[in-house]
Amino acid sequence: MTLSLTNTAKTFPDGTRALLPTDLKVEQGEIVSLLGPSGCGKTTLLRIIAGLETPNDGSEIWFDDDNVTSLSVERRKVGMVFQSYALFPNMSVRANIGYGLKMQKLPAKEIEARVTEVLEMCQLQEFSARSITALSGGQRQRVALARAIAPRPRLLLLDEPLSALDAALREALRDELAVLLRTFDITAIFVTHDQDEAMAIADRVAVMSGGLVVQSGTPEDLYRKPNSAFVAGFVGNAMRLEGRCEGARFYLDGGTLTLPSDGSDRDVFVRAEDVALQAGGSLEGRVETVTFLGTHYRIGLSDIMPGLLTSTYAGQNAPRVGETVRAEIKPEALMLLPKSAQSA
Amino acid sequence: MADMFKSKAKILQLTVTLLACAFLLVPTILSVMAGLTVNYFKGISSGLTLKWVFQVWELYADSIFLSIWLALACLVVTLIIGLPAAYGLARHPGWLSRLLEEFISLPLAVPGLALALALLQLYGSMKGFRTSWTFILVGHVLYTLPFMVRSILAVLASMDLKTLEEGAASLGASPFQRFRDIVVPNAMPGILAGSLTVVTLSLGEFNLTWMLHTPYLKTLPVGLADSYASMRLEIASAYTLVFFIIIVPLLMAMQWASARAQRIAQ
Repeated sequence: MTLSLTNTAKTFPDGTRALLPTDLKVEQGEIVSLLGPSGCGKTTLLRIIAGLETPNDGSEIWFDDDNVTSLSVERRKVGMVFQSYALFPNMSVRANIGYGLKMQKLPAKEIEARVTEVLEMCQLQEFSARSITALSGGQRQRVALARAIAPRPRLLLLDEPLSALDAALREALRDELAVLLRTFDITAIFVTHDQDEAMAIADRVAVMSGGLVVQSGTPEDLYRKPNSAFVAGFVGNAMRLEGRCEGARFYLDGGTLTLPSDGSDRDVFVRAEDVALQAGGSLEGRVETVTFLGTHYRIGLSDIMPGLLTSTYAGQNAPRVGETVRAEIKPEALMLLPKSAQSA
Repeated sequence: MADMFKSKAKILQLTVTLLACAFLLVPTILSVMAGLTVNYFKGISSGLTLKWVFQVWELYADSIFLSIWLALACLVVTLIIGLPAAYGLARHPGWLSRLLEEFISLPLAVPGLALALALLQLYGSMKGFRTSWTFILVGHVLYTLPFMVRSILAVLASMDLKTLEEGAASLGASPFQRFRDIVVPNAMPGILAGSLTVVTLSLGEFNLTWMLHTPYLKTLPVGLADSYASMRLEIASAYTLVFFIIIVPLLMAMQWASARAQRIAQ
């Protein structure tokens, strides 16, 4: 199913503008993540698509050729996985998963067969008779997913599906969820505040901030070609260089860099992995911090700009704190982005 | 030495506890025994009999049936009003809901006597209503409704009802189906505890009922008072026995159900 939203906005009764007029298109079979910090409007957008929240007048939501804007949630045929899972404590695992099929008034035999099929897909066979309270967090998450897909919804919506789990489990289930979603071959939208999660699961990520989708693209696009300081910072933690620009020359306290193009009225960003420590580099700084991260070191350099410039070092013999080192940043690694209000 | 003090303290504790129990239980046992002895003033030596119990049945069977009927009617009415009320309060928490909850609970703070007088003042002149059992029912409902509402509300408030309902709605359940499949089953411990409380309170209610009853409409406790006032002591005592047999199992069930509902609500 193709989802398209036009001019969709939401203002709450207290005047909070949770979502500014937004256009969004999700293609058949595409898995899209809505990524952003808390309060950016991502959950509101998801709830509007689900039909759990009524958008402002003028908003339009289309499922293929059906305008579903005024259709109530129970008629939209969407599958929803809630952050808290919202499993029914009065029903067994099997009854939870079969509930949507029961609402469709399918014959008992068919419900039985389809629930069994979904239980197998989600590897929940052995838990089918258990009560919800006897399940672990990861198992509950799978039951919630199984329950949402059992009625074969037109669209699957997931609201922070992994955030109720602890860190180690979250990482394991992230990959599992990515595989499962592709097995179901379903159009899916999931909300998260975790960029790693969005990158690992989604075909396309829509980054949201202040009630707007600020950029939408593949994870690679967002990482390599962010269109704003916000996206550069939120996806991959880019740093803003503090210096003075004259045409394509950029002057820092610790040296001069060549920009890929004229940098006037722009902010210059770089990622730590693009700051290379090498002899003969055009920047000179002092090592302030050295953090060992297993696969590499993270080095904090002072004297290059007022704040610390972070670099990564993958070699064996990391520089020591206090040493003077030289660093190089290739012009193509520098990102020139519109000046944001905070940095101006 | 220390052990001795400890055991002395224990003995003292036990003695006080037993004395307190005796203080409460002895009159009860005496009263029950009085209902089973041929002649109370002669004591047990006059022999044991069930005669008085049968006489109570002959004289007051109507009261017993009326009370059971009233308690069941009261249960039905408090369920019909209380379940949707508790559901509404749980779904829309806020200052208005708290105010409403307090308002429903007002009859607990007002003495039964005052409540009855108010009812008499307002409806006393409506002859048909005044002399019908439904008049007493109104009083009982007013008095027991807060127990039903609070009991269900405590259980409902302990779960994320809104999200559970949204989950059911996303699976295609209509508002009625959500209420039937999700709200009611999950509220069941509260409903059970509330129901037992309502039935027990309605069966035992005296204060309000004493004011509202007519000579043709005597409930179980009103009949008890009547028997002590106008019958021989053995019959009144046998009545106490009958009252106990009806109310004690209910009280125990109520304790059990309330404790269970409270566990769930925590």
